[in-house]
Amino acid sequence: MKAVQEEQEVITATTQIGMTDDNQYLTFMLAGEEYGVDILRVQEIKGWDKVTPIPNTPDYMQGVINLRGAIVPIVDLRSRFCMEKLEYGPTTVVIVLRVRGEDNECIMGIVVDAVSDVYNIQEEDLRQIQSNGNSLVAESVSSIATVQEKMVILLDIDHLLNSRELADINGALD
Amino acid sequence: MSIDISQFHQVFFEESFEGLDLMESALLGLSQGSDDPELIHLIFRAAHSIKGGSGTFGFTAIASFTHVMETLLDEMREGERSVSKPALTLLLQSGDVLRDMLEAARDGREFDPDRAATMQAQLEGLLDGEVGRSPVSSQTEADSRSAWRIQFRPYPDLLKTGNDPVRMFRELAALGEMTVEVDTSAVPRAEVYDAETCYLAWTITLSGDISREQIDEIFEWVDGDCDLVVEALGARQESPLPQSADTPKAPAAAPLAGGSDEDRRSGDDRRKTDRRTTAAADTSIRVSINKIDEIINMVGELVITQSMLGQFGTEVEEFDSGMIEKLRDGLSQLERNTRDLQESVMRIRMLPISFSFNRFPRLVHDLSAKLGKKIDLKISGESTELDKTVMEKIGDPLVHLVRNSLDHGIEMPDERAAKGKPETGVVHLNAYHQGGHIIIEISDDGGGLPTDKILSKARQRGLVGEGETLSHEETLQLIFEPGFSTAETVSDVSGRGVGMDVVRRNIKDLGGSIEVRSERDQGSKFTIRLPLTLAILDGQLLKVSDEIFIIPLVSIVESLQIDVNKVNAIAGSVEMYRLRDDYVPIVRLYELFDLQPSNTSLQDALLVIVEHDGRKVGILVDELLGQQQVVIKSLETNFRRVAGLSGATILGDGMVALILDVGGLISMSNRGPASQPPRNRERAA
Amino acid sequence: MATILAVDDSNSMRQMVSFTLKQAGHEVTEAADGAQALELAKKAKFSLVISDVNMPKMDGITLIKQLRTLPAYKFTPLLMLTTESSADKKQEGKSAGATGWIVKPFNPDQLLATVKRVLG
Repeated sequence: MKAVQEEQEVITATTQIGMTDDNQYLTFMLAGEEYGVDILRVQEIKGWDKVTPIPNTPDYMQGVINLRGAIVPIVDLRSRFCMEKLEYGPTTVVIVLRVRGEDNECIMGIVVDAVSDVYNIQEEDLRQIQSNGNSLVAESVSSIATVQEKMVILLDIDHLLNSRELADINGALD
Repeated sequence: MSIDISQFHQVFFEESFEGLDLMESALLGLSQGSDDPELIHLIFRAAHSIKGGSGTFGFTAIASFTHVMETLLDEMREGERSVSKPALTLLLQSGDVLRDMLEAARDGREFDPDRAATMQAQLEGLLDGEVGRSPVSSQTEADSRSAWRIQFRPYPDLLKTGNDPVRMFRELAALGEMTVEVDTSAVPRAEVYDAETCYLAWTITLSGDISREQIDEIFEWVDGDCDLVVEALGARQESPLPQSADTPKAPAAAPLAGGSDEDRRSGDDRRKTDRRTTAAADTSIRVSINKIDEIINMVGELVITQSMLGQFGTEVEEFDSGMIEKLRDGLSQLERNTRDLQESVMRIRMLPISFSFNRFPRLVHDLSAKLGKKIDLKISGESTELDKTVMEKIGDPLVHLVRNSLDHGIEMPDERAAKGKPETGVVHLNAYHQGGHIIIEISDDGGGLPTDKILSKARQRGLVGEGETLSHEETLQLIFEPGFSTAETVSDVSGRGVGMDVVRRNIKDLGGSIEVRSERDQGSKFTIRLPLTLAILDGQLLKVSDEIFIIPLVSIVESLQIDVNKVNAIAGSVEMYRLRDDYVPIVRLYELFDLQPSNTSLQDALLVIVEHDGRKVGILVDELLGQQQVVIKSLETNFRRVAGLSGATILGDGMVALILDVGGLISMSNRGPASQPPRNRERAA
Repeated sequence: MATILAVDDSNSMRQMVSFTLKQAGHEVTEAADGAQALELAKKAKFSLVISDVNMPKMDGITLIKQLRTLPAYKFTPLLMLTTESSADKKQEGKSAGATGWIVKPFNPDQLLATVKRVLG
C-alpha cells in the first residue's frame, strides 16, 4: 500500500510540472510489457483487496468493490487479454478509471501486475500500429510510443472496458 | 432588459395544479353543504392566481377563461350571488377544463378552443350576460395634442399615500418640454407648518407630442387625492369628433393592431420555448424550509463530531483508557449523527399522502352520483408522509381499490335500508406509520366480500379443488389470484381486465404487501403496507458458498430445516420440497450463480421459502445471518443489470453484498440447470 | 439600488417579480403572504413594497393599512399587484394607503418602468 501511495504522490508531482501540450500517460506492467493509459482518465490507484464476485459474468470480471459508497466493477486485465494467470502479490494494484460509454461515464477498475511510471509523450512520438486484428489487445491498442528506449503500448480504455461490450460478451454466454 | 420569463413556467404550472386541487376540494366541501366562508375565498384566490399567472406568462386563452370563473367567484365571495348547486357543478367542470388547458399549455399541445368556448359560454350564461359588457370601453380620449396645461393641487395628505409630486414631475418632464409654476399661497407660518403635509400647488405646461392618456397615467395613482385639471392647449382644442370619423386616430390605431399581431407572434414563440423547457424539465419536489433547516443543523453537528474526532488524529500521541472512552463516545455520536442525517435526507423526498388522497373526494362525488349510491368519504392520517416515488406508484392501485369499494362494496340505498343500515355508506381512507412502513387502509361499511361466490368461482376456474375446503381468510386471499374478478358484470366503474392480482403485484413490486379482511354485511378493509422509501429495504442476510446475499424480507414466506423425506425429484432433475399441501422447487443458488459449493447435501440444510407473483421456491442456503435495513445501490451505474440480482448494498464492514431478485431467480430456476450448465471456474482471488 | 419587499402567494409571480427586480440591481426580499410581509417589514426598512391583493392569512389591503401605521412606512411607496377586473379594489387599496398599482398581467419591462416611477 505504501508503494501505491508513493506512486500517487509521483503522479501528482509530475502532473504539476508537466503543464505542456504533451499528453501524460500512467503506465503499468502486464506480463512483462509496459502499457499506458491517459492519466486524465485515472481516478485513483489502490491495492488489491477482496471483491464480491458477480454471478454469471465472464471470467475476467472479478466482481465489484465498494469505492466510497459506489459499486465499482473490477476487471482482471490479464484475464481480459487471455494471458496466463498470475497469483496476486504485493505489487498487484487496481487502477480505477473513468470510462466513457455511449451516453454515460462510468467507473471501473483494472487489475494489473504493477504500476510503472508517468510519462509525458508528445503527439508526434506516437506510432499507430497496424492491427493484426485477431485479438482484443490489438483492437484496444490506440498507438505505441517509445520512451527511454522502451516500448509503451497505449490503450483505448473506452474500447477495452466499454460496459456494453462486456454485456454483449456476457449475453453471448447466456 | 430581456428576461426570459419561460423559466418560471414550470413553477407556474406546478402551483396552478396545486391551486386546482385546492379549488376542487373546496368546491366539493361546499357542495357537501359546508358554509365556511373561507372556502369560497380559497377558491377565488386559486382562480385569481391562475389568471394572473397565465396572463403574465402569455397563456392568454387560459387567462380569459379563468377570468370568467373569477368573475363568478368574486360575486359569490361578495355575497352578491348564492352558492348554488348548479354553479358549483359548473365550477367543478370548469376546473377540469382549466386543468386540461394547463396541461396542454405545459406540454406545448393545442387545446380544443371549442371546448373552452362551450364551457366559457355556460359560465357566462350563469352570469346572466353581465359580462357581455366590454371592459375595454375607455372614456379617455386617445388624441394627441401639441401642448397641455395641468393644474395640480394635491390634498394635504397626498404624501401619505407614498406618492411624491417630484417624482411625478420627473415623469412628466420625460414626455416633453415642461414648465412649472408653483403656488405657495397655502403654505402656513413656520410654527404651524407640518412637514408631512402637502401645501403646494402647481401649474404645469407641457408641450410635445403627448397624449392625454400618457398624462392620465402619471396622475392615475393620485386620482381622488388632489384637484386636477388637464386642458389641451392649441388649435385642435374644440373638436371632440365622434370616434368613427376620427381620421387622425387611424395612424394611432395601426400600431395598436400591429401590437396585437406581435402579441400573437410572441405567444407562438412562447409556446415553442415552452415545449423546449418541458422536454428538458426535471421533475421537482417542493421541500419545506423546516426539513432543510433540520439537515443543516445535523450537518453542523456532524462537523462538530468530526472536529472532535479529528483532534485525536492530530493531538493525541498515545492512547490511554480515558482517551479510548472519549473516542468511543465520539464514534457513537458520529454514528447517531450519520443516521439522523440519512433519515433527514430521505425525508426530503417525503410528501404527505394527502397529495394522493386528494383526488378521492372528487372521484367519490362523481362515482356515487353515477352509481346512484349515497357515499361519504372519510379521510384521516392524510399528513402521513411517504416517498414521492412510492406515492406516485401507489396512486393507481389505490384508485382501483376505492373504485371497487364504491362499485361492489357499498350497497344501493334501498338495499342498505333493508339491512337496517344507514342509507349513506362510508368509505374510509386512513394512513399511518408503523416502524419503517406506511400503512394505508381502505375500508367500507358495505356488503363485504361474497365468500360463497368467490369460492364457487375459484372452483370453476380450477384454482381450488372440488373437495378442498378453505378457511374464511384463505377464501378472501383468492381475490388476489391472477385473472380473478368478483364483478358479475364488467362495469365501466371498476374497469375491465385489471384485477386485484395486478393491484397486489404493483404493491409487491414496491416491496409492500396487501391484506384483506371482510365480514358479510359489515364491510371490507384492505390494508396496504409499504416501505417509506424505495432506497432502503428490510433484508435477510444469508450465506451461500462464502458469499453473503440479501433477500428482501417481504419476499420471504418462511425458513425451515429440510426434512429429506419430503424431497422428491421430478424427472430426476428438478427437486421439489413438500411444504404441507404444496410442492416448491428447490433452488440451489450455487448452481444458478456458479459458485464453489461449500455444502451440497440437503440433509438438515436450510431452505428459505420465497414467493413472487404467487409462485414459491425454496432457496437452499448455508447459513442464515441477521436481518437489517440495507441501502439499495444499483449495479447498473457502473456496470449493467445482472439476472437474479436487483442490486447491491454495502455492509457494515465495507464489503459489497448482492441483493437477490426473487422474481428473477424464480424464472432462472424455471429454465432449469439443463439450460445453464454449471461452469465451475477458478477465480483469481 | 433599492431594497424591495415582494409579496405574493403565487410562487411563480413572486419569483418573476423578484427575479426581474434583482436583474435590475435591486435587493429583493420575498414574502408569501401579508402576515409574513408585515413581520419582515417590521424588522427591516424597505424602500418599496410590492404586494399582491388576494392572499391567505393577511390580504394585500390589510397589509398596506398595517404598514401605513408604522412610522417607517408613512411615506414609503406601496404598490399593489391587481387585475383589471378589480376596479373597486384599486379604490379600496388607495384608501388603505397604497401609492399605486401594477395591473396584471404585466411583463418584466412594465414592472421595471412602474418601479422606476416611485423610486427617487
